[in-house]
Amino acid sequence: MTTASSADHPTRRDFLFVATGAAAAVGAAATVWPLVAQMNPDAATIAAGAPIQVDLAPIAEGQDIKVFWRGKPIYISHRTKKQIQEAQSVALSSLPDPQPDSARVKAGHDQWLVVIGICTHLGCIPIAHEGNYDGFFCPCHGSQYDSSGRIRQGPAPANLAVPPYAFLSDTKIQIG
Amino acid sequence: MSGPSDFQPSNPALKWIERRLPIFGLIHSSFVAYPTPRNLNYWWTFGAILSMMLGLQILTGVILAMHYTPHADLAFKSVELIVRDVNYGWLLRNMHACGASMFFFAVYIHMFRGLYYGSYKEPREVLWILGVIIYLLMMATGFMGYVLPWGQMSFWGATVITNLFSAVPYFGESIVTLLWGGYSVGNPTLNRFFSLHYLLPFVIAGVVVLHIWALHVAGQNNPAGVEPKTEKDTVPFTPYATIKDAFGVSCFLIFFAWFIFYMPNYLGDADNYIPANPGVTPAHIVPEWYYLPFYAILRSIPNKLAGVVAMFSAIIILCFLPWLDSARTRSSKYRPLAKQFFWIFVVVCILLGYLGSQPPEGIYVIAGRILTVCYFAYFLIVLPLLARIETPRPVPNSIADDVLAKSKGRAATAASVMLAMVVAGSLLVGGTQNAKAEEGGDNPPAQSWSFSGPFGKYDRGSLQRGLKVYKEVCSACHSLNYVAFRNLADPGGPGYSEAQAAAFASEYKIKDGPNDQGEMFERPGRTADYFPAPFPNEQAAAAANGGKAPPDLSLMAKARSYKRGFPQFVFDFFTQYQEQGPDYVDAILQGFEDKPPAGVTVPDGTYYNKYFPGHAIKMPKPLSDGQVTFDDGSPATVKQYAHDVTTFLMWAAEPHMEARKRIGMQVFFFLVVFAILMYFTKRKVWADAH
Ligand code: FES
Repeated sequence: MTTASSADHPTRRDFLFVATGAAAAVGAAATVWPLVAQMNPDAATIAAGAPIQVDLAPIAEGQDIKVFWRGKPIYISHRTKKQIQEAQSVALSSLPDPQPDSARVKAGHDQWLVVIGICTHLGCIPIAHEGNYDGFFCPCHGSQYDSSGRIRQGPAPANLAVPPYAFLSDTKIQIG
Repeated sequence: MSGPSDFQPSNPALKWIERRLPIFGLIHSSFVAYPTPRNLNYWWTFGAILSMMLGLQILTGVILAMHYTPHADLAFKSVELIVRDVNYGWLLRNMHACGASMFFFAVYIHMFRGLYYGSYKEPREVLWILGVIIYLLMMATGFMGYVLPWGQMSFWGATVITNLFSAVPYFGESIVTLLWGGYSVGNPTLNRFFSLHYLLPFVIAGVVVLHIWALHVAGQNNPAGVEPKTEKDTVPFTPYATIKDAFGVSCFLIFFAWFIFYMPNYLGDADNYIPANPGVTPAHIVPEWYYLPFYAILRSIPNKLAGVVAMFSAIIILCFLPWLDSARTRSSKYRPLAKQFFWIFVVVCILLGYLGSQPPEGIYVIAGRILTVCYFAYFLIVLPLLARIETPRPVPNSIADDVLAKSKGRAATAASVMLAMVVAGSLLVGGTQNAKAEEGGDNPPAQSWSFSGPFGKYDRGSLQRGLKVYKEVCSACHSLNYVAFRNLADPGGPGYSEAQAAAFASEYKIKDGPNDQGEMFERPGRTADYFPAPFPNEQAAAAANGGKAPPDLSLMAKARSYKRGFPQFVFDFFTQYQEQGPDYVDAILQGFEDKPPAGVTVPDGTYYNKYFPGHAIKMPKPLSDGQVTFDDGSPATVKQYAHDVTTFLMWAAEPHMEARKRIGMQVFFFLVVFAILMYFTKRKVWADAH
C-alpha cells in the first residue's frame, strides 16, 4: 500500500513516523502514570499515619496491650523477669532468624517489647501469651514466637517486626 | 466482522490460536483490510472519537468508583476527598465530568453528520436505530452519573427527572416510588443509580459492538452518498482511516484538555458544589447542557403527560427517520432544499437548548412552543414532503469521481470547519453558568485575581492574610469542613512549612475520643485534623444565627456564581474566565450598606447587601476597617480583607489549582506538538492514496 511515490525521501519519511510513534508512546506512558498513581494511599490516609504516643504507665508487669498504628496492631508487652531472662539466654544459633534480644528492645527498657503483631507467615495476628515459648502463637498455621517476638517454630520465616518507636520518657513511647 | 477472512498470521504461536479462535483474522478483516470509502471527511472521525471517549469514561469511571462512596451522607464528601486527597484525583474527576460533556458533544456531531449525509437510509436503518439506542443509554447513564456527587443539582435533577414518570396514567406514583426505593429521593435511590451508572456503560459498549458490526456489514456511508463500486473507490482501513482517525482524536483531545485543565466548571453548575438539601430547591433547576433541547420541549407543553410524551417522542422519532425521509438521494450535498432545512433544524436545536437554560416565563415560553413545533415539523412534515417534491442534483458516478471533483473545492472544507467552530461554540450555550444573583442583585464587578488565567497562581501573601481573616472573623460562625491543617503546608497553598502548620494546628482544641473510659476529650490539634466547626451541629448553628445555619466555606468560592449573559459567556470560554465565584464572594463582603437605598426595606433580622440576590442577607456585615491587623503592613481595610479572604476561600475550594494549570500547560504543549506530527504523518500516508 505504501510504496513508490515517496521512496525518494525515505529518511525524512521514516523520521516522521518514528517521531510520531515516539510521541504517542510518551503520551501513553504519561497518561498511565496518574491512572496508576491514584491507587497509592491518598493524602488523608498518609496524614492519618502520623506517629502516635502511648502511655505505658497503666500496663502492669506481665500484661500487654494492643494499639493500632497505620492500621496495624502493635503489641506492647510489659515482660516479666522470667520472660526477659528467657529471651536473653537462648542460644542465637538455635534461632531460625537469629537476633539478640538487645536488638529488639530499647537499651535500658528491657521490660518493654514493642512489636508489630502481624505474623510474618501470611499476615494473621498471633495471640499473646500462648505457645511453647512464653510469647506468641499464630492460630492460622501454627507459628510460635518467643518472648522477644522471635520465630521459633512453624512456617513463618522471620521474627515479628519491630516498628520504629522511641521512649519520650520512662512511661511514654512514640510509635512512628 | 465482514465475513470470513483469509488472513493467516505467520507466527506459529499465533497460528495455533488462530486455528482455534480466528480472532486475528477478525481483527484483520475489521480494522486492517476493511475497505473504507476514500472520500470520507473529518466528520467521519467522530466514530473513532466516540469510541475513545467511551473507553476513557469507563476507565476513569472505574477508577473513580474505587474512591467514591455511594451513600447519601458520604457521597458529596467522598467526591471532595477524591478531588483533594487522592493522587491526581482532581484530574481523574475533571476528565470524567468534562468527559461526559465531550462525549455528548461528539455524539451530537456524529448524529448531525448522519442526518446530513443520509447515513440512516437503506441499507443502514438498523445501524442508525442501534445508534439511537446508544444515545438513549448515554442519556440515562449521564443523568445517573450527574446524581452521584449528591450536590443540590444532583438531588433536584434526580427528583425532577424521576418525577417525569409520575405522568404515566394510573401507575405513575407506583413507578416513581419503585424508582426511588422510598417515599422520596434518598439513599436507596443513590445506591441504585450508582449500580446502574456502573452497569450501563458496559451495555453501551455491547450495543457499540452491534453498531460497528452493522456498520461493517452495510459498509460506511460517505459524503457523496454513493456506494463504492470498484477497488478505486476505497482504501484499506489501516493505515488510511486509522491514521486519519488518530489525527481527529488528537485534535479532539486538545479541545477536551481545554476543559479538563482550564475550564473544569464551565459546563457544570455552581449549585452542585452545595451538598444535597432535601429542604431547599435551587432557584433554577437546569439539567446538564446536553439535555436542554429536550427539557425545553418538555416545558413548552402546558400539560404534564403531554409534555413528557413530547419529550420522549422527540428522541424516539429518530428511530423512524429512515422511513420518514424516503428520498432516494442520500447526501444533502445534492439536495439543495434538504440542505437548507438541515441547517435550520440545527439552529432550532441550538435555540431549544438555549431556551432550556432560561427560566420558563414570558417570551421564552412562546419561543419554546414555536421551536417545538419546528422540531417535530422537520421530521413529520419537511422530510416526507421534500422526498416527494425536491429535485436533487445529480450525484457523482463513483466515489473516485467525487474525490477528483473535491480536490478543486478546498475552500468549502475551510468554510465547513469554520461553521463547525461556530456550532461548537453555540452548543455550549446551555451549559453556561446559571443565574444565581439574578433576582434583584447587582452583578458583582469583575476583579483581577492572581489566580485567573492559564498561568494563574495564588498570591501566597494574600492566602496567609486571608487565613488570618478567616481565623479571626469568619470562623466564629462558618465552618471549613474540607480543609485540614496539613493542607496549609501543601504545595500550591499558603506556603507554610510542616512545622508552621503543626504549630498552627496545635493552637486549636480538637474533640477526640472516646478514650478507654468511654469519654470524649479535648486535645491540641494535629496536622491531620480538619478545621473544627464553630457549632456542634447544624441545628445549633441555625439556633445561634437567627434560624439559618451559616454555610460551610470550603467550597463557597465555587458554589456561588452569577449570570454572565450572552455573549459574555462565549468570550469566557476563550479567556478562561472562571472567577464568578470569587467575584461574588468579594462583592458580598463589600456590598453591605448601613442604610438601604430610599424606598427599599429589608425584613427584620436581615441586612441590606447590594449584591445579594434579593438584597436581604441574614449575615450581618462581618468586616470593618481595622478589625484585623496584618503583619506585612497590608492596609487594614475591608477591601483588602475581602480580597484576601476570597483568595483564601478560592484556594480552600480548589487547593490543586496550581498543579492543574501547570500540568495543563504541559499537556497542551504535548498535544499540540502531537497533533502537528499526526497531521504530517497523515499527509504522508495519504499521499499514496491520491
Ligand atoms: S499466618 Fe501465622 S502461621 Fe500462617
